[in-house]
Amino acid sequence: MNGVTAIRALAAKSGVWAVYLAVLLLLPQLFDSILAISIFNQMAIAIVFALSYNMLLGQGGMLSFGHAVYFGLGGFLAVHALLMMENEAVYFSIAFIPLIGGLTGLLAGVFVGSFSTRKAGTVFAMISLGIGELVAASSLIFTGFFGGEAGVSGDRTFGPPLFGMDFFSDVDVYYLAAFWVFLSTLFMYLFTQTPAGRMANAVRDNPERAEFIGYSARWVRFISFCASGMFAGVAGGLFALNYEFLTDENLNLVTSGRVLLMAYIGGLGFFIGPIIGAIVLTLMNFLLSNYTELWLLYLGIMFLLTVLFLPRGFAGFIMMHRLAWLRGRLHTLALPYLLTGLPALLFILCVICLLELSHTAEPELHFLGLTLAQDSVLVWTGLLLFATLGWYLTKKSAPGLRRAWEAANEPEADAAQEQFS
Amino acid sequence: MPEILVFATLNGLVTGLLLFMLASGLTVIFSMMGVLNFAHASFYMLGAYFAYSISLYFGYWTGLIVAPLIVGVLGALVERYGLRRVHQHGHVAELVFTFGLAFLIEEAVQFFWGADTKNYQTPDLLDFPLFTLFGQEFSAYRGFMLAISLGIFIGLYQVLTRSRVGLIIQAAITHPHMVSNLGHNVPLIFTAVFGVGTALAGLAGVIAGPVLTTFPGMALVLGSIVFVIVVIGGLGSLPGAFLASLLIGLLQSYAIAANVGMQDLLDLLGLEFPRSHPLDDLWTLNLAQIAPILPFLLLVLVLIFRPTGLMGKREQ
Repeated sequence: MNGVTAIRALAAKSGVWAVYLAVLLLLPQLFDSILAISIFNQMAIAIVFALSYNMLLGQGGMLSFGHAVYFGLGGFLAVHALLMMENEAVYFSIAFIPLIGGLTGLLAGVFVGSFSTRKAGTVFAMISLGIGELVAASSLIFTGFFGGEAGVSGDRTFGPPLFGMDFFSDVDVYYLAAFWVFLSTLFMYLFTQTPAGRMANAVRDNPERAEFIGYSARWVRFISFCASGMFAGVAGGLFALNYEFLTDENLNLVTSGRVLLMAYIGGLGFFIGPIIGAIVLTLMNFLLSNYTELWLLYLGIMFLLTVLFLPRGFAGFIMMHRLAWLRGRLHTLALPYLLTGLPALLFILCVICLLELSHTAEPELHFLGLTLAQDSVLVWTGLLLFATLGWYLTKKSAPGLRRAWEAANEPEADAAQEQFS
Repeated sequence: MPEILVFATLNGLVTGLLLFMLASGLTVIFSMMGVLNFAHASFYMLGAYFAYSISLYFGYWTGLIVAPLIVGVLGALVERYGLRRVHQHGHVAELVFTFGLAFLIEEAVQFFWGADTKNYQTPDLLDFPLFTLFGQEFSAYRGFMLAISLGIFIGLYQVLTRSRVGLIIQAAITHPHMVSNLGHNVPLIFTAVFGVGTALAGLAGVIAGPVLTTFPGMALVLGSIVFVIVVIGGLGSLPGAFLASLLIGLLQSYAIAANVGMQDLLDLLGLEFPRSHPLDDLWTLNLAQIAPILPFLLLVLVLIFRPTGLMGKREQ
């Protein structure tokens, strides 16, 4: 596949891209509160970061536990660029700051990738873990550059204004971020269509065969790795612009783990998966962390359930219904889904109530318009009873859902045969 | 100088043998199932927390016995209902699963026990100095830790090499299908080994809890180091894990004890650098500062130059 066909493939989907661009541009018009804008900015950063991670794990089959290194290094260099601008050492528009982050990520990727991409699998994962811990620990030692525990902060308003935007407010940053998100998404999509991107898939699935047809698996991995590092750096640069502040947490295992969560929950095999994951997790982070201290516990449970039951993530779950939809049988699934889903929802809500009730410091818990007293035996037994009921009904209706699912996905030929016999 | 050396060696041995209790389980689990269990150190943390709760009611010694058993049962359940299910989706899914499990256990520990540090104490029976050397005391509890870890190492080695069960396990590591054809229940062996491995991690947590403090981050502190040991020792090699544990334990202990830094090196070379240079941090580094990153440096170097590790046979 050459560049022309890649662009042709893009043109075929130009409608999707136009919608994407329109959504990006219209969001701050529809929700213009300061809070909403700050969430959108977080989402924008998360989308680029998660997509860059998917380039590695989803498309290249390289499980990394140190992807925050490229994000963080990009961010730190970007903050230092802001500082240099403040000290009048350089003068350029801050629209280029993500580019500095990207270049840093690319350089770090070239360096680390030169020795870590020899093998995929466990060796690669371990090297990425080692590098991640190494850089995170070094960031606390070299306080001159990384600022130690306090971090480094800059100021984004010293550059020249761009199109009348002086970047004092978050909305200005949002438009800049939206531009970079669109550009990065576009380029990352185009990358999947290039020979390098296609070979990355081949090497992921079977490195031996890829070598037989004359490609160096290591070289293919290296290219993906560098590109992925670069886009992670762009995300880091955006982070630096948005928060004007970076700490060692931005390059340690916590951030690396978070991006793995995002990409995995969203769905690794699909280009749109990490975007879904980034949006869902940012929203969850924001919505849940305001209401409950336990949101990280829920996140952990959700992540494990995703790994256990939806190995292809949310995007995979949605795409599972493609066949049934194409055959025009999607509606037959609605009732079975409802029959299993409602008891499951009851079970989940009861469990959440129980968890919150046992954790809350207040005597009463307000949840979904209900007031539950913590010291009431009735509330506890009631919740336990409803939870058991929900669990029992879910278990009982699950086989029905499975049968309906199989019927909806049955090939047409079989259905035709049944008519004849 | 000699007293520093002696105490650094003793402390290094205590740390190293403690690390080995974690690493031994991890490396055996890896060689059998091919999965690096990210949550292994989380079971170590669970051991410490269970033992703490039990010690509040029944004393330290009950906790020492019961807590590892609880952790072992939990581990076996995780293998049976979690890992075995994910196994069909491949190694990446397994790694990601254990990674998520580590995350979840940390949150669960905070849910049940809170985010603060627990006042988990050494038992009164062992609260005396074992001996005094060069005016410094070596506590009896550290001696106890040393004894337990050594006992576990010898016991484990004997079981694996001398007993029938050990022979079957060794066979199942290399030829699971053949062992299965001979009529042994290989999945059951896997579950049992996972349970025993996590129980060992739990035991390590019980004895380390009072010394290394019991707090929700304790799994994270040790987790990556244990990984480093298993990789450096050679994935799946028990003697390798033993060597690497001692190596890492001693290395860190010596690095902290040694009072040398870049300044000494520069003095030796007769070089001098101006102060307040951007690279100032580099010239003022000393060995104690970089002690935490030494294992990871070693890990990366080993993986680049000898991916099989010190004593590993195969490259993963």
